Amino acid sequence: MTGLATGVGIEAQGVRRSFENGVVALESMSLTIAPGEFVAILGPSGSGKSTLLRLIAGLDRPQAGQIRLVQDGGLHSDDGIAYVLQDAHLLPWRNVLENVALPLELRHVDRAARQEAARVALENVRLGDALTRYPNQLSGGMRMRVSLARAMITQPRLLLLDEPFAALDEITRHHLDEQLRELWLARRMTVVFVTHSTAEAAFLAERAVVLSRRPGRVMEDRRIELPEARDGSLRGTPEFARETRFLYEALERGGA
Amino acid sequence: MPPGDQFAPQAPPRSREGWRRLRVLLPPLLVLVVTLLTAEILVRACKVPIYLAPPPSKVLKVLIDPDSTLFPSLAWTAVAAISGFVASVLVGVVLAILLSASPWVRRAFYPYTIFFQTVPIVAIAPLLVFWLNAGLVSVIVSAFIVSVFPVIANALAGLRSTEPALLDLFRLYRAGPVATLWKLRLPSALPSLITGLRVAGGLAVIGSVVSEFLVGGLNRRSGLGIQIVSGIKYGHTDVVFAAVVLASLLGLALFGAVNLIGWLLLRRWHASERESVN
Repeated sequence: MTGLATGVGIEAQGVRRSFENGVVALESMSLTIAPGEFVAILGPSGSGKSTLLRLIAGLDRPQAGQIRLVQDGGLHSDDGIAYVLQDAHLLPWRNVLENVALPLELRHVDRAARQEAARVALENVRLGDALTRYPNQLSGGMRMRVSLARAMITQPRLLLLDEPFAALDEITRHHLDEQLRELWLARRMTVVFVTHSTAEAAFLAERAVVLSRRPGRVMEDRRIELPEARDGSLRGTPEFARETRFLYEALERGGA
Repeated sequence: MPPGDQFAPQAPPRSREGWRRLRVLLPPLLVLVVTLLTAEILVRACKVPIYLAPPPSKVLKVLIDPDSTLFPSLAWTAVAAISGFVASVLVGVVLAILLSASPWVRRAFYPYTIFFQTVPIVAIAPLLVFWLNAGLVSVIVSAFIVSVFPVIANALAGLRSTEPALLDLFRLYRAGPVATLWKLRLPSALPSLITGLRVAGGLAVIGSVVSEFLVGGLNRRSGLGIQIVSGIKYGHTDVVFAAVVLASLLGLALFGAVNLIGWLLLRRWHASERESVN
């Protein structure tokens, strides 16, 4: 296990991806994300947000252009990537601890070490008391936190999240947003967070990229002008309202 | 965080629990007793000769006779059916894994696995005797042939229904094909596989008995199938019925064993087993 993880950068140039049914999800998409940045990607349904994440993760290949992960000036292998989806996608036959330990188990880390790491990761998302429960005994919010802990256990240098909290109620969602922000402040991995919600994007990210309707192009690329330490009270401030409004207008221009 | 079982229903008092069980068991038991009594009265009143149909009491007498030759036969059939069933499980799961390996392999070979389901075992069994000699092995092979298809079909369906997002997750974490099989695809396939095993257990018993019709008589040690054949030949219908009852019980026992294994493996996480507990 390395020490404090630092983020990798992402360079996407002229990326195109279309599917067999003729849908062009992405067309000449270019985007550069700096190491350690927290970027929210906003866009209407079908703007290729998920496709972009899959391409960055290396789960899919672009048909034109390229996507590179860079660190310290050199090319980076895609080992330190973690991916969180809208559904928690836990293994239902494993308890919470074993689910979180899975990525280390697949890397042949020995049992005691990976369980200890899983315990720490679960403490970090405040689930230290649910280790032996099974996914079907958890609420949706708790399942999502387990999923987040599983993503964090590898100490990823790049964390990709695809509308992770979209199915949760608003209060739970706010709590999880705050926990994610804390994790990022502590670890400074690169985070790419796909969301439909302008408020979530403004609260979480240092930078928001708004995509247009299909095929997705960058409509707006904006630095979020909010303080680094953020808590629930931020949501009531005029600065927050201004950022959210700006993103909302950009989304509208993109055809949402 | 509120305790999760705060809304769990209160356990009913023990006496009500007993009453609930009685209400479940009583109706089918009543039907059984009434049917058997009616059959008994009808057979006796109409003086039906024993070579046509036995009164239930005579069947019962055969069943509880400790010296009956039926019990060694039952043991023999049980060995054959269980061996055939176990062979089906092992071979069926391995075949399903191979078939799920690539679409090409599946397209090339899957049509031929359906052969196992459509093969008329009555026609094949004499051939098996011819090829394998008239012993336990040919009975086991018959049991295997008729019970392997539901294992292949259900295991394959289960393996193929593995959640794509979880496969992505395993790919992202660089899991090899063996780890993906053991830790993801086989556990995902388990509920479907158990369903296949429930069907396969009963079929293995049928396959054994049918094969024994043709095989068992040629051998000194005989299974339930040959008891049925010779019972019909010599007009001992009480023995025939008793053998049929024992074969059914054997099928039920296999079904029960599969259910128990399924419950042990799935109770923690799969909806099918959690509901059946309540």
